[in-house]
Amino acid sequence: MIPQEFNDLLTSTFGEAILESKLDGVFDPFIVVAPDRMPEVARFLRDNEKTLCDALMCLSGVDLTKGKLGVVYHLHSTKFNHKIVLKAFVTVEHPHVGSVEAVWKTANWHEREAFDMFGIVFDGHPDLRRILMPDDWEGYPLRKDYQVPEFYNGMKVPY
Amino acid sequence: MDVIVTDVEKGRRPSTVPGLGRQLRSEEMVISMGPQHPSTHGVLRLELVVDGEIVVDVIPHIGYLHRCFEKHCEHMSNYQQVVPYTDRMDYVAAMSSEFGYVVAMEKMLKIQVPERVEVIRVIMAEFSRIVSHQIAIGTYGLDIGAFTPFLFCMRDREHILDIIEETCGARLLYNYNWIGGLSHDVKPDFQDKVREFCRYFKPNIVELNNLLSFNKIFVERTANVGVLPAEVAINYGASGPVLRGSGVAWDLRKNDPYSIYNRFEFDIPVGSGERGATGDCWDRYMVRAREMEQSVRIIEQAVEMLVPGDVQSAIPKRIRPEAGEIYVRTETPKGELGYYIVADGTASPARVKVRPPCFVNLSALPSMCRGSMIADVVAILGSIDIVLGEVDR
Repeated sequence: MIPQEFNDLLTSTFGEAILESKLDGVFDPFIVVAPDRMPEVARFLRDNEKTLCDALMCLSGVDLTKGKLGVVYHLHSTKFNHKIVLKAFVTVEHPHVGSVEAVWKTANWHEREAFDMFGIVFDGHPDLRRILMPDDWEGYPLRKDYQVPEFYNGMKVPY
Repeated sequence: MDVIVTDVEKGRRPSTVPGLGRQLRSEEMVISMGPQHPSTHGVLRLELVVDGEIVVDVIPHIGYLHRCFEKHCEHMSNYQQVVPYTDRMDYVAAMSSEFGYVVAMEKMLKIQVPERVEVIRVIMAEFSRIVSHQIAIGTYGLDIGAFTPFLFCMRDREHILDIIEETCGARLLYNYNWIGGLSHDVKPDFQDKVREFCRYFKPNIVELNNLLSFNKIFVERTANVGVLPAEVAINYGASGPVLRGSGVAWDLRKNDPYSIYNRFEFDIPVGSGERGATGDCWDRYMVRAREMEQSVRIIEQAVEMLVPGDVQSAIPKRIRPEAGEIYVRTETPKGELGYYIVADGTASPARVKVRPPCFVNLSALPSMCRGSMIADVVAILGSIDIVLGEVDR
């Protein structure tokens, strides 16, 4: 399927849950989905026999500055060999996105990483803990406004 | 006001295992394996929930080697400076990590690199694959108790590292692939040396198979252990030999070709349950052993394609991609390495996210380990072939 077909299919199925899309003029065409509707859109894309996106290649958190955060999902179908990118935008004040862990197990650790690095909370994730940083670390390191703490448990942090 | 009744007051043992998602049963016990355990191949800690000798669940704890690769990238003053950092992710196959990054950047900048550069890159990437698989196979034998194959693998690995050292001066972390070109051209006798290596190495794969792959003790330890069915592997996003070991013929060099891989003839070895169930440790191991043969095949074809040319002619003076983003994935020895690069129009990247194959493959470890013996965890972990530099970044 080409990105336009993805967009038509999702818009006709989910209506206002599909917020916008950019299908040309970019390397990877993407479709923006409402953050709380993400799990159902993901499940639909995986199970629909026209799309069959059975692999989540990558899930990335992004700091878009000005208090906005994004989650980017790169999907791929091993059967049809087509790709599509989904995006969800949230604010720093309310960084909640529906978890797709139940759809693709890949998302389990990737969502934990996005939570660890950006503080994006994935609702419905079974085990949302920090993954790379220590459990008692403060702050979200990959946010653009992140300040490195002076000390961590009595150890000097900046080198 | 609600009265909080603690687990202890209820007469239960408190759950001491975050990540298990339930209380420990009375017969269960938690054993910590790592971070300094020799079979964890680096600083990885596994919490094993065991019932006697049976592993009920495994909770991996990673991050001991976290160096903020992605944060470092955002602080580089240009895109080229990211390359040495990519080396330090999968440090046993640094050429492959660089390769993925420069392919992504060249696609973003729409650079067409010269033929000679592409061919040399492919040869180096396949050398990296052989080196990485040799370490995987050697240390896997070591984990299971076979010492000699490790020495044989290290001996053959030296020949490759010598060729690479002559080319770029480094043996482990190369900074060789640059955006648009290479740091050094190869030496005049490069082709002869590569041909000589191929002649030397092919019988050694047969020797390795006789020594280790079909060894009865080795097969007993690995066949039918840690079975990962194909659909579970895809759902976990597993890639590389872990996915192919489960019988899925999926290799990005064939299925989503990048660089000049579509010009080569080679096969994708897949696991077929020859010695046990499809997707067991032996299948994953054997995919690596057979991939080395295929890599030699690719190198033999590539070395004949080497045309004269300037390897630095396409290197851009100034790297400033337009605002935009790209996701490019390449097949490293460990699996699918993806780079998600966001450019904001300045000279340094706004975001570089790496999708490391080891990170994703390791997340499937608990599902492979449940119900096996403690000693099998060592065999299963070795068969995934992780490099913690890449898992933790």
